[in-house]
Amino acid sequence: MTDLSYVRTEMLPERDPPISTSGVIGWIRANLFDGISNSVLTIASLAFIYWVLSHFIPWFWSPTWNGSSLGNCREMIGAAGKEGGACWGVINERWPQILFGFYPEELRWRPILAFVLMFVALIPILFNMISRRWNWFLLALVLFAAVSFVGSGVIAVLVQIVLAVTMAYVGWQIVTTKGADRADQIKAGAKRLPNPLLFSAAFVFIMPWLLWGGTIWTPLAAAFGFGVGWGAFRLVSPKFGDLAGLILGVVTTFVWWLVLTGPVASGLNGVLPVGLEPVQSRNFGGLLLSVTIGVVAISVSLPLGIVLALGRQSDLMLVKWMSVGFIEFIRGVPLITLLFVASFLLNVFMPPGTNFDIILRVIIMATLFSAAYIAEVVRGGLAALPKGQYEAADALGLDYWKAQRLIIMPQALKISIPGIVSTFIGLFKDTTLVSIIGLLDPIGLSNSIRADTAWNGVVWELYGFIAFLFFILTFSMSRYSMYLERRLRTDHR
Amino acid sequence: MTALTDPQKESFRLSMLLNDSRYRSITIQIVTLIAFLTLIGWLLNNTAQNLADLGKEPSFRFLTQPSGYDINQRLLEYTSQDTNLRAAFLGLLNTLIVAIMGCIAATVVGVIVGVLRLSNNWIVARLMTFYVEIFRNVPVLLWIVFTMAILIESLPAPNKFRGDTPEASMLLGDSVALTNRGFYVPEPLFSRSLGDLDVLGDASLRFGISLDLVAIVATLLAGVLLAGLFAKRANRIQAATGVRPKTWHWRLGVIVLPTAALLAYLGLHWGHPELRGFNFQGGTYMRNSLIALWLALSLYTAAFIAEIVRAGILAISKGQTEAAAALGLRSRRIMSLVVLPQALRVIVPPLISQYLNLTKNSSLAIAVGYMDITGTLMGITLNQTGRELETVLMTMLIYLTISLVISGAMNIYNNSVKLQER
Repeated sequence: MTDLSYVRTEMLPERDPPISTSGVIGWIRANLFDGISNSVLTIASLAFIYWVLSHFIPWFWSPTWNGSSLGNCREMIGAAGKEGGACWGVINERWPQILFGFYPEELRWRPILAFVLMFVALIPILFNMISRRWNWFLLALVLFAAVSFVGSGVIAVLVQIVLAVTMAYVGWQIVTTKGADRADQIKAGAKRLPNPLLFSAAFVFIMPWLLWGGTIWTPLAAAFGFGVGWGAFRLVSPKFGDLAGLILGVVTTFVWWLVLTGPVASGLNGVLPVGLEPVQSRNFGGLLLSVTIGVVAISVSLPLGIVLALGRQSDLMLVKWMSVGFIEFIRGVPLITLLFVASFLLNVFMPPGTNFDIILRVIIMATLFSAAYIAEVVRGGLAALPKGQYEAADALGLDYWKAQRLIIMPQALKISIPGIVSTFIGLFKDTTLVSIIGLLDPIGLSNSIRADTAWNGVVWELYGFIAFLFFILTFSMSRYSMYLERRLRTDHR
Repeated sequence: MTALTDPQKESFRLSMLLNDSRYRSITIQIVTLIAFLTLIGWLLNNTAQNLADLGKEPSFRFLTQPSGYDINQRLLEYTSQDTNLRAAFLGLLNTLIVAIMGCIAATVVGVIVGVLRLSNNWIVARLMTFYVEIFRNVPVLLWIVFTMAILIESLPAPNKFRGDTPEASMLLGDSVALTNRGFYVPEPLFSRSLGDLDVLGDASLRFGISLDLVAIVATLLAGVLLAGLFAKRANRIQAATGVRPKTWHWRLGVIVLPTAALLAYLGLHWGHPELRGFNFQGGTYMRNSLIALWLALSLYTAAFIAEIVRAGILAISKGQTEAAAALGLRSRRIMSLVVLPQALRVIVPPLISQYLNLTKNSSLAIAVGYMDITGTLMGITLNQTGRELETVLMTMLIYLTISLVISGAMNIYNNSVKLQER
């Protein structure tokens, strides 16, 4: 080794990685031009994107927002010196209709308020990181805005003052006490604000009232039905056991709803008439109709689906087979056949002379439909629980309902939430099927708009707009469900 | 002395029906049964009374009466003098056609998109994500009516193909015409045809089976079976000697050659559509409603299938591939022997439930006027005879049967690939 003429004694300075493997160029090489087939794919994709955009952008950028008919649009496009373009006049003229149908224009604040309130009511259910104080503050703010927008007279001013005081009080608390301090106060026994879920529960009755109007006593009397059922349960269960109490409670609730709600509400309305101007169901339309059917059906079908899932898992043969039969029947037929039942047969099944309106009938069938799907989702959640959870609940001596309420359901529902959200997305998309039985949802309206002589021949603009509306709503819901999945993943993976 | 653990001999008391868990389940079931039967009885009673008031006692006699309407896209011969039952039968066949075509197309597109979504190529993966999100998040009914409207508005009318300098021209060497009334494609014709085998003579459900088709399918099947025997023999030799003989040319030969010979014997030639009068004649005519329904259903379902395929491939851990590579398997065999069998177990059940969804969604044909079972039995027959109860129930039962058959097949598959656990 002695004949080596040169030995390097010091380190060479570090060199940058070659430009072809780092930075933008490296990324492009690795992700876009990695091999021949990959390069071909990349170039083909770029050509495709260019082709689509080169057609779409000039079409989209069209000065026709004020066009009054398709012919008028074409003149405007010609005047602008373009070959072809979208006719946005149809959207400009018809968008309120696509959103609200024929809901009276001066009353449209009610559905808007209902859906804003719906988000406030959903916040404590959907996102658990918001504090009670913020929730009540938000509610007061929304109501204050609504009253300032539509209210007038002494009562409106009084309500505004009450809401303003509430907002000031809660807002002052939020500003002065930090979240962490507040948590300490609560631990020390400070009085908490009421649970915002109270409003979420009340909202179930507020929403139909806002949408359909009528006397306020009907939702109040209907809500009182739960009180009646609870009273019956408390009265009976100490003497005859929980089961008898439960059965009697359910029966009294239904008797109250079916027999007494109507007379009580109209009687009270005679004494003290308070209410909103009623809106007929046939005036509902557009996206409002889709959202109404979707929201009502999913919220009613959730408890129904849980009961069906429990029935399917039950040890009682009869209950089990009835649940299985119902679920499999509903899941085996297309929704459109159930909507035909709603349209043609539901009145035939009812006592002679009954005639309730088509939207209610559609909601009933959509509820049964989604209940079967939700039951399967919840069953999946129940099946995913380890058997040890059931056995542990038994070992603690909990009875069936206590075990379900305290141990099983909180875990099973947590697992099922993404599935429930995707059932809801599916149901929301499927509400468009009501156009086939003649209701005017966005697709039903698009048929009548395209039949209008002014807009005969409009395709892309109209369907594109409706597709865009649905896309925004369903896409954000699916993103929410992904967020939930991440948040609820409590195992460490 | 009696053991302390002996249960006390209690006499039966009535309150035990509510409080004793041994008897309570019987109480609950009896109460449920009574409630259920009461509900059913109440509904049936209402229905009977309502129908009697309307003078429409349930009867299925309308099925044997002439339907009085035409079915514009059909597989079998049919006139408006045929019965409602036959109309329903043709509708059912139409449902099955669009369902099968849709399942095939959706699987092909879905698998390609699902695999490409996992591609290393950034731009291709993004494009595929875009496709999946766009199609999944818009109602399928909107896609169907949208596609229908695009076909009607943007394709040329048949008369545009006429004249010395026509505005539109046929594709693929004058064999395919895409018009706003539908697509005309060449049809296979046999100059020495074996004829049809008529089944069920004169009944409403009569149909003919093309003997040519039967012969071709039988030859193909025999070829595939024979090829399987070749492969088995190759496996045996490989197991015994370690060297696999080359058999692919034999296997290909026994499938292709007999079929080709049969086709040549039958005199296969293609009947091209030709413009005569106001419309195209000859060839196979697929109405635009069929095309719109098929395209929209396949593209919509393909978006879901793509997600299923992607999830299935991602579900196989990388260790499996690496272990297979460590055993010395080549990449093609890793795919076919290790990854695919495991991925399929994850993919197939949701895939079949997508097929089920596609079949159920094909009932939306009524929105574009394609005459499937919904359009015939629950559509025009219902409107013309006024038999709502009977037609809707029959339609539901038919769909239910299809669903149960498909999910039965899925259960058999699931049991056959189930992991054997404790």
